[in-house]
Amino acid sequence: MTVIRTEELTRSFARKGTRRHPLARPEQLTAVDGLTLTVEAGESVGYIGANGAGKSTTIKMLVGILIPTSGTVRTCGLEPVRRRRTLAGRVGVVFGQRSALWWDLPLRDSFELLTAIHRIPAAEASARTADLVERLEMGPTLGTPVRQLSLGQRMRGEVAAALLHRPELVILDEPTIGLDVLSKQRLREFLIEQRLEHGTTLLLTTHDMGDVARLCSRVVLVDHGEMAYDGTLDGLAAQVGAERVLVVDLAEPHPDLAGLPGSRHLGSEGEGLRQRLAFDATATTAAALLAQVSARVAVVDLAIEEPDVEDVVRRVYLAQQRDG
Amino acid sequence: MRSTLAVYLRLVRVGLRTQSAYPLAAVAGVAANAMFGLIKASILLAAVASAGGALRGYDAATMAAYVWVSQALIGLVQPWGGSQIAASTRSGQVAVELVRPLDVQGAHIADDVGRGLFGIVPRTLPTLAVGALTTGLFLPHALAPYVLGVGSALLAVVLSSACRYALGVLGFWVVDARGLQTLYMVVGSFLAGLFVPLPLMPHWLQALAAATPFPSLLMAPVDVISGRVTGPAAYAVLAHQGLWLIAAWALGAVLTRAGARRLEIQGG
Amino acid sequence: MASAPDPAGPRPAAWAAYRAVLGSRVRARASYRIPFITDSLGAGLVGIVEFVETFLVFSATGAIGGFDVHAILLVFALAEIGFCLGDLAFGHLDSLPEYLRAGTLDIFYLRPQPLLAQLVTSDISLRRLARAAVGVVILGVALWTNAIMWTIPRAAMLVLALVCSPLIYAALFVCAAGVQFFTVNAPEMPNAFTYGGRYAAVTPASVWPGPLRIFFGFVAPVAFTGYLPALVILDLPGVGVLAQPLAWGLPLAVVSVWGIALLLWRTGVRHYQGGGG
Repeated sequence: MTVIRTEELTRSFARKGTRRHPLARPEQLTAVDGLTLTVEAGESVGYIGANGAGKSTTIKMLVGILIPTSGTVRTCGLEPVRRRRTLAGRVGVVFGQRSALWWDLPLRDSFELLTAIHRIPAAEASARTADLVERLEMGPTLGTPVRQLSLGQRMRGEVAAALLHRPELVILDEPTIGLDVLSKQRLREFLIEQRLEHGTTLLLTTHDMGDVARLCSRVVLVDHGEMAYDGTLDGLAAQVGAERVLVVDLAEPHPDLAGLPGSRHLGSEGEGLRQRLAFDATATTAAALLAQVSARVAVVDLAIEEPDVEDVVRRVYLAQQRDG
Repeated sequence: MRSTLAVYLRLVRVGLRTQSAYPLAAVAGVAANAMFGLIKASILLAAVASAGGALRGYDAATMAAYVWVSQALIGLVQPWGGSQIAASTRSGQVAVELVRPLDVQGAHIADDVGRGLFGIVPRTLPTLAVGALTTGLFLPHALAPYVLGVGSALLAVVLSSACRYALGVLGFWVVDARGLQTLYMVVGSFLAGLFVPLPLMPHWLQALAAATPFPSLLMAPVDVISGRVTGPAAYAVLAHQGLWLIAAWALGAVLTRAGARRLEIQGG
Repeated sequence: MASAPDPAGPRPAAWAAYRAVLGSRVRARASYRIPFITDSLGAGLVGIVEFVETFLVFSATGAIGGFDVHAILLVFALAEIGFCLGDLAFGHLDSLPEYLRAGTLDIFYLRPQPLLAQLVTSDISLRRLARAAVGVVILGVALWTNAIMWTIPRAAMLVLALVCSPLIYAALFVCAAGVQFFTVNAPEMPNAFTYGGRYAAVTPASVWPGPLRIFFGFVAPVAFTGYLPALVILDLPGVGVLAQPLAWGLPLAVVSVWGIALLLWRTGVRHYQGGGG
């Protein structure tokens, strides 16, 4: 079953303050431009792009908040704006920046209110709530007002809130932003579990390529409102090259570590005390490169930087430019 | 000293510019002022007429002047009780402000005054125009009322900012200030003579009002500009406003220091 | 999945959700007992001040527009009770600009309920009851001091007014909310509808100039919330069209203003959602 289908979906906004005189039409900003996307049930799609690429606008159109300027969109087979209320029972959304919970009430009250709003029968409501609370380890925080929760605790609450009514489709807008590594990991595992058990379709927007790598079988990349890539993550890496960065802190200042096979020197700080080396993840590994560095100089500390979404987008863009 | 004044004047300009980003708000303000003004004028002028043309010292002309000058000054004087300091204490932003080498109270008041002053062209003047076109304005022909009136209006604007600042700084102690603000707005505008000119009140109520800064916010500049109070009495009114300004500023300063100390102890 | 027959039992009724949300709000407020009391006292004081403003004008002279100070008490009471109850139920719509600025309105779209219903029921200010109580007291005084010759039609008009007046003010709050979508940073204009309407309602329509009579008589029909019913109950002549027979059109006035309200609301929502580019 097709859970999301859009055809030439377009959404333009009038840019404020760009009228040359009061009767002139203001400049149009096209946030989403001719997006054609199909997502089948059970898929897990990473929807990535730089800020302002049109991701949030697309989500709003999928859910029925915004009306498309042109093109069609069907979510769970329904037209989102006209059938919004029906659709609301079949889609769960987690907005990273806005809370769906009641700020001043304990977490459990929010869950109760939401099960009432979705008209879930009492027995099923308590069973479902208990299940989610257990899996997301929220037992200790149930009595805490949401405004006193940490970001990690709150995000788990938001995810639970979005899943209470057993939606077919779950859309998550930047769900791991600001979370520590452990919280991210737990959240990702939970989402994978849900998908396996209930066949829930996931659409995830994120800046974190780690999210995409661990959660998504498919990557859709948008750039300035247009689809720039739709395929697997490996395909994307193959297309743009998968460069990671090894950051080494040395025992003492050392001249630039240039010329190591499979890597290129990006920069040095502190007169060579800290050096950044980019390497092609398909050609060599971090461990191999580290061994080479260690052979030359004592390494005190190290870190590995993953490519972030902006980086990937930029490289897709450059690759497309290069290929004409 | 001189450079401090320059800083505050710049803050006033900032407040002005902030308001200028919302031209629609000014138009909305004129519409609201005009609507309330028309209703106010119709009831009060009818009252004067039913009293045989003279009501507690007002005739039709002076009543019309009262109605429209008071409506025109609302935008400047902002009797609705809000203040940025309240939001600042709620969000904790005030902790940052207290660290700056700038008097928190002075900065807020300067900014607020700027916002109020912005309304002169887009709100005050059009409201007077509406009055002129509907009931007629009957403003004085001499120069003195306007010169003194500008001074009185300026004092009123700053006094209003100082009063609302003092109210807002209670946010250090009170969690939900909305009830207080509504109370300030309704009681304050009543005692300021917004809906009913003060002479229509019984003497004890006028005495009560005189014990508050509110008449100095609105009734005072209205009286001076409309020419109801002239000569030495007008100077007395301005002096009265000045005294209230000092008192309100002092109160605000005391509360700010107390609030800052509370913040230091409590940690916000 | 959401519409399959439920083995877990019957689905709760739709209104149960509204009751749950409102109930949680009421409980949350009631838990702050001291602020609730002071807020209520404050609201009561506001009601008293509003009354004094009207009272002062009418006691300063004889009859104005055919209404003396006793008669205006009735107009005031009916309008004020109507406004307070309408505000109690629908006043939370005043916060719409805050939701719009913070972007939090979108959360309501995720729930399977109408947007307006959610906004209206998402909070309630019980302290407004204190202000309504002031209105009720004044109504009692008005009914006693006016030496009304009670007939069945006049009693019926009193009941009709008490029922319809809140509905009219509720509609004005919805009108204002619809306009707020266009005037996010200029909330004064829509508020002029609601608070201005209330102000107009406590002045007799006979003093209004033509344009005001048309606007507050037929567009935002606050004349029907106090003035017109008082004409019937006190057996007073009106002015022009705004006379006793028109008072019986109260239900039509309610329907008409609600029609305008829902139209403005729909237009505002469509603007927010970007319909029509």
